[in-house]
Amino acid sequence: MIEVAFWIIAIVLVGSALAVVLIRDVFRAALLLIMCFFAVAALYITLNADFLAAVQVLVYVGAIGVLLIFAIMLTRDLRHGNPFNRISGPALLLALLVLATIVGVVIGTDWDAVSQTSNAVNVPVDEPTTSHIAEALFNQDNGFVLPFEIASVLLLAALIGAVVLVRHKEKD
Amino acid sequence: MSLGLEHYLILSGILFCIGLYGALAKRNAVAILMCIEIMLNAVNIAMIAFSRYLVPDVVVLTGHVFAIFIMTVAAAEAAVALAIIITIYRSRTSIDVEGVDSMQG
Repeated sequence: MIEVAFWIIAIVLVGSALAVVLIRDVFRAALLLIMCFFAVAALYITLNADFLAAVQVLVYVGAIGVLLIFAIMLTRDLRHGNPFNRISGPALLLALLVLATIVGVVIGTDWDAVSQTSNAVNVPVDEPTTSHIAEALFNQDNGFVLPFEIASVLLLAALIGAVVLVRHKEKD
Repeated sequence: MSLGLEHYLILSGILFCIGLYGALAKRNAVAILMCIEIMLNAVNIAMIAFSRYLVPDVVVLTGHVFAIFIMTVAAAEAAVALAIIITIYRSRTSIDVEGVDSMQG
């Protein structure tokens, strides 16, 4: 059952990602990218990551997708579309080399040998993860409280920076 | 053949390389940003596959925490990058990255 779901999602994911790269219209590419984000959310559900699937839909589809479509509307360049540049041949070669390396390493590694459990927070499969993610983020011993605070400051800085950059200057 | 870590890692690798190819080979700045988002999603898939399959029958949540941080940084990066792209478009009426070369030596 979950195998069938995985293969369907994988085909949709790879197909929509390829279409984002190859299609000529930037706006359609953005819509296909949103489909790609939905497929990733479905893939998270097959991996027992319910909270992250919800976050994926909210953040990527809801926020980044709308932001990208707004940017395309504001910078629409219909004469040029979405062409490839001069180095597309070497770029394809490099991407295929990286893919071959990744596949070789993944197949060549004995993953059972590295499956040592640590003192990280664990959840049994088929149990909701949301409250346990809070525990993993905020516990006293090996939590991520300082990175969490830094991430919130980063978001504030990015927000202010984006507003300052796109604000129209009234008069100099 | 039952589903395992390798399936997810290879899918993640394929997705990463599609994003890499697009990010290197495109001329439209918004398209390059979209390809970078595909690459970040591929990394997130690998993180969550590791947290699900590396230890049998248990989900190690450190991978989920890392994926949350990657999503946060990706959102901040998208906001700033789109603001920069809109600023460049205002001054040049084009977002072709090959035209932005005023710092070339």
